[in-house]
Amino acid sequence: MKGLRGVLSSVRLPALSILVALLVGGLVIMFSDLEVLAMIPNNPIGALGEGIGRVGAAYSALLRGAFGNPERIVEAIASGDPVELARAARPITESLLKSIPLMFVGLGVSVAFRSGEFNIGGEGQFLMGGLGATTFAIVLGGAGLPAPIVIFGTVLAGAIFGAAWGFIPGFLKVRAGSSEVITTIMLNYIASLFVFFLLSNWTLIQREDGTQPISKALADYVVIPGILPIPELRLHLGFLVALAAAVAVSWFLFRTTRGFELRTAGLNLAAARYAGMGASSSIVAAMAISGALAGMGGAFEVTGTIKQFSTVVSGGVGFTAIAIALVGGTRPSGVVATALVFGALRNGGGLMGLETSIPIDLLFFIQALVIMFIAAPNLTARIIRLPFRRKSKEAVA
Amino acid sequence: MSLRLELREITKQFPGVLANDRVSIQVERGKVLGLLGENGAGKSTLMNILSGIYKPDSGTIIVDGEQRVFRDPAEAIEAGIGMVHQHFMLVPVFDVVESVALGAETATGPLGTFDRAAARAKIVELSKRYGLSVDPDAKIESLPVGVRQRVEILKALYRKSDVLVLDEPSAVLTPQETEELFGIIRGLASAGTSVIFITHKLHEVLEVADTITVLRRGKVVGSVKPKEADPEQLAEMMVGREVQLTVDRGQAKVGSVTLSLKGVTVLNQAGEVAVANVDLQIRAGEIVAIAGVQGNGQTELVEAVTGLRPVDSGEMTLNGESLVGASPRKISDAGVAHIPEDRSRDGMVKGMTVAENLMLNSYHRKPFSSGVTLNRSAIEAAAEKIVKDFDVRTPSIHTDIASLSGGNQQKVIVGREFSRTVSLVVAAQPTRGLDVGSIEYIHKRLVEQRDAGAAVLIVSTELDEVLALGDRIAVMFEGQIVGVLDAKDATRERVGLLMGGAAV
Ligand SMILES: Nc1ncnc2c1ncn2[C@@H]1O[C@H](COP(=O)(O)OP(=O)(O)OP(=O)(O)O)[C@@H](O)[C@H]1O
Ligand SMILES: [Mg+2]
Repeated sequence: MKGLRGVLSSVRLPALSILVALLVGGLVIMFSDLEVLAMIPNNPIGALGEGIGRVGAAYSALLRGAFGNPERIVEAIASGDPVELARAARPITESLLKSIPLMFVGLGVSVAFRSGEFNIGGEGQFLMGGLGATTFAIVLGGAGLPAPIVIFGTVLAGAIFGAAWGFIPGFLKVRAGSSEVITTIMLNYIASLFVFFLLSNWTLIQREDGTQPISKALADYVVIPGILPIPELRLHLGFLVALAAAVAVSWFLFRTTRGFELRTAGLNLAAARYAGMGASSSIVAAMAISGALAGMGGAFEVTGTIKQFSTVVSGGVGFTAIAIALVGGTRPSGVVATALVFGALRNGGGLMGLETSIPIDLLFFIQALVIMFIAAPNLTARIIRLPFRRKSKEAVA
Repeated sequence: MSLRLELREITKQFPGVLANDRVSIQVERGKVLGLLGENGAGKSTLMNILSGIYKPDSGTIIVDGEQRVFRDPAEAIEAGIGMVHQHFMLVPVFDVVESVALGAETATGPLGTFDRAAARAKIVELSKRYGLSVDPDAKIESLPVGVRQRVEILKALYRKSDVLVLDEPSAVLTPQETEELFGIIRGLASAGTSVIFITHKLHEVLEVADTITVLRRGKVVGSVKPKEADPEQLAEMMVGREVQLTVDRGQAKVGSVTLSLKGVTVLNQAGEVAVANVDLQIRAGEIVAIAGVQGNGQTELVEAVTGLRPVDSGEMTLNGESLVGASPRKISDAGVAHIPEDRSRDGMVKGMTVAENLMLNSYHRKPFSSGVTLNRSAIEAAAEKIVKDFDVRTPSIHTDIASLSGGNQQKVIVGREFSRTVSLVVAAQPTRGLDVGSIEYIHKRLVEQRDAGAAVLIVSTELDEVLALGDRIAVMFEGQIVGVLDAKDATRERVGLLMGGAAV
C-alpha cells in the first residue's frame, strides 16, 4: 500500500540520524585524541589531517569488523573455495548473530510502545528468559529427551519466564496505577540479583565447581542447530526465529482484533474506552508479549550463542532495544533493519577496539546520539538542512 | 481604503488534495474579513500559510504593499500576523502571564531574564483596552474554553499583531461568549486591527464581517458585502447548490419506551453531583433534544447513558433491560450509537487511518472480524461505502484521520455511528464545526434514524439545532431537567428562559 515513496520517507529520518550520529562520533574521536589535541596550537591544519586520519582508521576498522575485509572476500571468491569464502564472510555472519537479541528485545519494546507502554525492563525480561531456558535445557536435556523437544521446551520456557516478568508491571499498572517505567526498572534489578543468587546457590544450574555465579556448559544439554553449512559460522536457528517473530508481531499488530485494540489503546486511551475496548487487558497483554519476546531473545542468546548463562549475558540489550524500537519506528520491519545495523556496529566495534585505542563505549555514545536525533526530528532536520538550506526546506514543511 | 495584507494566487498541494488553488484574498486595515467555506475547503490551510506554518507551493504574500516570504511562524508574527488556531495551543500548567509573554522578546529584563512584573502590567493594560477580561494569574487548565480563547487573543496582541486570524473561534463558545467575542472583534477593528474570522455560522459573518469571502474546494468562489447577502445565498455559494437551512420532518410516529431514566444521579470527576435525580423517557421514533448552557450536566448524562461514567443511583433501562453498570461495549452492542461531544479526545484515534477509525466499534463483529483476525477486504469495502455515503472528503480511506479537516473528521464519526442499525442514538453536539451542507445532511440522517424507529437523544448548546430537531425539548439546568416542552410549545424565548434557570 505504501509504495516506494512511503518507504523512502519513513527511512529518511532514521538513516539521517544514524549518519549524523556517526559524524558527531567522528568529531569525538578526533577531539578526544591527546596527540591530535597537542598538535592544534602549533599546527592546526596538520591536526585536522591527523584527526581525520584517526577517524578514518577507526571507522574503517569498524566496517571491516562488521562486514569483513573486502580484499579477502574478493580473493576467496576468486579461489572458489567454499570454506575460505565462508571464513572471509565470517564477520558478516557474526554481525547477524549479534543482531538476534537486538531483534527480539526490539520487537518486544515495540509491542509495548504500540500499546502506550514504555518497557524499560527488556534487560530483566531477557535475563529471566535466559534463566528459564537454562533451567529447562538442563532438566529436559539431562533427561535425555529428543533434541527437537528439548529445543522447543527450552525456548518456550524462556518466553514464559520473560512473559511473566513483563506481565507483572502491566498488571501493577492496571491494578494499582503504578508507572511501568518505574516498575520495569526495579524488576531489572530484581531479575539480575535473583539470577545472581540462583547461579551462586542452585546446584541444578550452577557450574560444577561451584565457585562462580555461572551456569553449567549448556552445550552438553541442548544444541541449537546452526543454519549455515560450515561449523565455524555460528549463525543459528535463533536468527530465523527472530525474523519469523517479526512477521508474527506484524501480523498480530495489524491483522488481528487484539492488535487493533492494543494499537488503539496506545494511541488514544480515551477513544479505546469509548469504543468499548478492554484497554486494561490490552496493556497487560502487550506487556506480557513484550516480555515473552525479550525472554525468547534471552533463551537463544544463552543456549545458542554464548552457551552458558551468567548475569552479564544481557549486556545492556534492554536499553539498546529501546533505541532500536525508536529508530525502527516501532514497525517490525524497521526494527529488523535497525537491529541489523546495530548488530553490525557492535560486531565491528570489537575490531575497532583492537586496531585503534578507541573503546567500544563510543558505540554507546553513538547509540545515545541516534536516540536523541530520532526523538528530536526537528533538530536533525535543522542540522541536515544547514549545508543545503533552500532545497530541504520544502521537504520539512 | 488601505490594504493591510494581500494573498495572491496561493496554491498548496497536500498528498491527494489541492487544498488551496490560486487563492487570492485582501484584508483592509481595521476591517473584518469573514472567511466561509465547506469543511475541507482550505480555510485553515490558507491561514496556516499566512502565519508561516506551511509554505505555499506558489503565490505571494504582500504585507503593506511589500512582498514577503515567511520561513517560519516567528517571521509572520514579526510582520504583525497573529493566529488563534482551531485547536488551541496553550500549555495547561502555565498561568496566563507565562502563556502570553513567554517567547516574546518584550518580556525580558535587563539580564535577559523574564520580567514578569512588566509583562503582567502590559497584559493587564491590553486586556483593559480591548475588554478581554481574564485573571492574569490563573492557570490555563483552570480556565473555561471561552477564557482560554481570550488568552490566545491576548497572546497575539501582546506580540503587537495587527492582523488577527481567528479560526472557528465560536465553535466552542456559548452564545453569550460569542456575543462578547464579537464585542472584542469590533473593538479591535475600530482600533485599527484587521481581523480574519472563520466560521460556519452564517449569521455570525453577516453580523460581524465587513467583507465575506467564500472558498469552495480550494478556490475562491466570490466575495460579498454582508448588506447585500443573506444566509441562503451564502450557503449556496459555499456548497454549490441550494441548501435547506431548516429541517423538513414529518410527524413523529412514536412507539414504545426505548430509554428510560428514573431518578438518575451521576457524579462528575470531582465527585460532585452533576446530574441530579433525572427522570426522562425517550420512545422509539422520537427525537428528544436536550438544551442547556454547556456545563449543566449534559456531558455527564450522556456519559452515563453510554456507560462511560457510572450511575450513582437511580434506574436506567434500554428496551426494558437495565443499563446500570453495563460496560460501554455491552451498551454499544445492545444497539446504542454515540456521537461524543469531544471528538478529538473520544471519537477518533489520530495516527490511525480513516478506515480503522470507521471500524472503531464494530471491528470485533462479523464480517469485520473472524474472532481473531481482521477481515481487511470487508473493512475496506465498508469504509469506502461510508466515505461515499457521507461525502467524507479524504484522499483515501488509508489516510491518517489527523490530516482531515475538522468537519470531515466529524463526518467520519457520524458515518461510523449511523452505518449500523441501532435502537438508540445519543448525539452530543453532532454538528459542531460542520458546514451548512453537512449540517443539513446530518440533520436529515438524524430524522431518518428516528423514522426508522430509533429513539434519538440529542444534546446541543445550539438553540437553533434543538428547536429544529426536537420532537420534545428537555432543558437541563444545574444537573436537573427543569422542563420538557413539546416542539409546538417550544419557542426560543421559553427555552431560553428555562436555560437560564427561570421557572416556566
Ligand atoms: N497536514 C495535512 N496533510 C495532508 N492533508 C491535509 C493537511 N492539512 C489539511 N489537509 C487537507 O487539506 C484540505 C483542506 O483542509 P483545511 O483544514 O484547510 O480545511 P478547512 O477549510 O479548515 O475545513 P474545516 O472547516 O473542516 O476546518 C482537506 O482536504 C484536508 O484533508
Ligand atoms: Mg479548519
